Amino acid sequence: MAFQPIATTRTVMGMPTARLAIWWLVVSEIVIFGGILATYLMHRLGHPEWANYAVHTNVYAGGFNTFVLLTSSVFAVLAHDAASQGDGKKAAKLLSGTLVCAVMFLCIKGYEWSVEISHGYTITANGFWSFYYTAAGVHGLHVIIGGIIMAWIAKDAYQNKYLHRVELVGIYWHFVDLVWIFLFPLLYIAK
Amino acid sequence: MSATAHDDHHHGPTFAEIWLLQSTDHKMIGKQYMFIGMFMGLIGAYFAYAFRMQLAFPGVNVPGFGTVSPLEYNALVTNHGTIMIFWVAMPVLIAAFGNFLIPLMIGCDDMVFPRLNRLSVQIFLASAIVLIASFFVHNGGFGGAWTAYPPLSAKAEYNLTPLGSTLWLLAVVLEFAAFLIGGINFITTAMNARAPGMKALDVPMVVWMICIASLLFMASVGPLVAGAVMLLFDQVLGTGFFDPDKGGGPVLWQHLFWFFGHPEVYVVLLPACGITAEIITVFSRKKLFAYKTILYTVIGTGVLSFFVWAHHQFISGIDPRMANVFTITTVLISIPIAEMMFLFIATLYGGSIRFTTPMLWALSFIAEFLIGGVTGIFLGSSGADIYFHDTYFVLAHFHYTFFPIAIIGTFAALTFWFPKMFGRMMNDTLGKIHFWGTIIPFNFIFIPLFYLGAAGQHRRIYNFNHYPQLATPDLQALRVLATVSLLVMLSFQAVFIYNMLYSMFRGKKAPNNPWNANTLEWSCPSPPPHGNFGDELPNCYRGPYEYSVPGRDEDFWPQNLPN
Amino acid sequence: MGSDGESHAAHYKKIYVILLGLLAVSLIGPYFGEKFDMMWLTLITAFGIAFVKAWLVLKHFMHVDVERPFIHYALITGVGFMVLFFAGVSPDVMKHEGTNWENVGAKAEIARALAEAEAGGGHGAHGEAAAHGDDADAHDDAAEHKAPAH
Repeated sequence: MAFQPIATTRTVMGMPTARLAIWWLVVSEIVIFGGILATYLMHRLGHPEWANYAVHTNVYAGGFNTFVLLTSSVFAVLAHDAASQGDGKKAAKLLSGTLVCAVMFLCIKGYEWSVEISHGYTITANGFWSFYYTAAGVHGLHVIIGGIIMAWIAKDAYQNKYLHRVELVGIYWHFVDLVWIFLFPLLYIAK
Repeated sequence: MSATAHDDHHHGPTFAEIWLLQSTDHKMIGKQYMFIGMFMGLIGAYFAYAFRMQLAFPGVNVPGFGTVSPLEYNALVTNHGTIMIFWVAMPVLIAAFGNFLIPLMIGCDDMVFPRLNRLSVQIFLASAIVLIASFFVHNGGFGGAWTAYPPLSAKAEYNLTPLGSTLWLLAVVLEFAAFLIGGINFITTAMNARAPGMKALDVPMVVWMICIASLLFMASVGPLVAGAVMLLFDQVLGTGFFDPDKGGGPVLWQHLFWFFGHPEVYVVLLPACGITAEIITVFSRKKLFAYKTILYTVIGTGVLSFFVWAHHQFISGIDPRMANVFTITTVLISIPIAEMMFLFIATLYGGSIRFTTPMLWALSFIAEFLIGGVTGIFLGSSGADIYFHDTYFVLAHFHYTFFPIAIIGTFAALTFWFPKMFGRMMNDTLGKIHFWGTIIPFNFIFIPLFYLGAAGQHRRIYNFNHYPQLATPDLQALRVLATVSLLVMLSFQAVFIYNMLYSMFRGKKAPNNPWNANTLEWSCPSPPPHGNFGDELPNCYRGPYEYSVPGRDEDFWPQNLPN
Repeated sequence: MGSDGESHAAHYKKIYVILLGLLAVSLIGPYFGEKFDMMWLTLITAFGIAFVKAWLVLKHFMHVDVERPFIHYALITGVGFMVLFFAGVSPDVMKHEGTNWENVGAKAEIARALAEAEAGGGHGAHGEAAAHGDDADAHDDAAEHKAPAH
């Protein structure tokens, strides 16, 4: 096992250090996504013409992606449940379910974007599309990074190592899901 | 388990650990942050030297630089500001001393995430390299001021530095990433890894201040990260987030920037205040006056610092009703800071004061920062700011805040903790020569700039001879005075560099507790070995400032002594 | 332990079904909201439901309810600062004119795009109505008679 200082094992605040850190990470992500969403929202309210651009988003693809992400989240929380019972193999299998959902999400996103770009709705077309690609792109980046970390953790969990990390990556993953829950109505539904 | 693991690591740091940033030891990482920061500080000082020479003697062939072209002048002032704030004040005050002090002061063997800590300093070095690289690309470094207002920063046809501005933005974003990782590490370490017996109110003030500063950074930087992505797309892809013709607006960037930028001032101020608090208690042999009040004041200041950002934008055409609100909050925030300074002065009152070098720096911090704070009242009032905005008055004001923070704070901390960091004492006489040689010229640089600003001298002007009202001999004499003072101040830094390098290798061996201080870092050997406290980590029995307690033989009472 | 864990899993699946139900509502609601021009229905089903979903995920998946209170305060502070940011910035960004300034470019862009939509031909920079068929036309109708309201 890698060298671990005594500091890491202390729990003065009554919770494991890593979980504490994950919550701080979530706070710092709240303000990053909050900044994007708040600026998007104020532009949207100040630009009545954007409603005419928003109709060209694919609500069905977006809705299906919401479904995919919710499914990935339930896999992640079931994996946490399995890990907390010490069943690393089951946790790893459930995490790979999350990963399949993540890949599906990205594929649908890729399909959506390629259709939109082929119709001329590129990131430079106008303000709405700039925000559309930026917000969804930053979110997609989080999906990719989270997926890579999750694959790594699933590999360890399969050998019953570092099972506490399953919960931590789960908290992060649910947060990414949460961001999408707000992005979906803001980008797709509001007309 | 871990105690034996330390013994296995009981060798000196290897080449890779020192030079390739491969160490996970918090003390090594702290020193790496400090030396990278100081190196960047030398670059920033060199830039100041070049553009001050141009301002005092327009068109002169600056020794060691050459003639300063207008484009170079813009790049120099921009990168001077960027470097001094993001690559000097933040790494040295927060990252270097945070890394070095937090685990030692709370009595544990390392940060809670040593490898994340290593990642943080590696990203930071990468950001510094990217920034330095941006000076050498086509047309040189970015020249749109450290605030990077669009459209100047967004469009290459305006700023003429297509690659320089993108690299600059990239460097800043990397630096933010390094500090987000580092900040989360500091906060969780201080929260979760305190020594047994150390309650929240037994934590030394500087640890509190660094953690609150990290929290402020974490909570304020988000919108700017989002904004940086938008600006990057504006630069590279040609989107129109900040372009009115495409439905955006440049004022948005100003909001995104200053929503971060103003809390950022407190991010760097608070660690400097914490350092001052530690030093003045030790050298006045008195308990810190009103520990809890200072703590609550700092938390209040931190919250309030999120409500003042638009005072940077009074003449940007923001809603005048908002300007009223922001004037009130800005003037309000001077109350807690003034209160904190009074509490420091109250700590001095009746103490047995020892004028060592670190104490001189700490006292000068209070004195000089007060000048910066008082002049801020004029700028925070929206009416007066219409006249003062973007003049040298603003420039002198924020140098009177940032110089005490970044330079005086660093020298205070370094001279105070040097024995612990390197195991040797610094020369006190040379330290005092350096102190007076820095402090006196500093005032001679910036007090003339207050006069120049009040006379209407605008910032960011390449050559004042182009403006008849500003080209008068008496104004030019003040500019020359400022530049000559800068040269004097810079030359006195050689004394410090000599003193530091000589003391590091040849100085008198330092005892464990040379200043008779209470906090836990003084209970371990100087310099602390890997694992800091040996086999047994300390327990904490009392608050950090029990000096001159009646009935004790010694006038100090270390936190780790059972009685 | 086993039965306890089983009930956990069942609980998560129950929450998942509720979330999917809410997703369906948030898709159907705006559809009818647009069809019958009921703005409030769109707002409640699209954004109100989003908050309910977010709360369910936070409570049942992220287990935020069993965390220590300071975690709640930290999260609320983060969101609160974003509300503050919106409150401070929106007067300048949402509007296109103010004291001594007018965002001429933005106003012109709005006028141009709205006129184009009114004419029915184009959608922003590029007209691609054919690709979207009847569905897009239905949206256009909705957009057209909503536009003057702004």
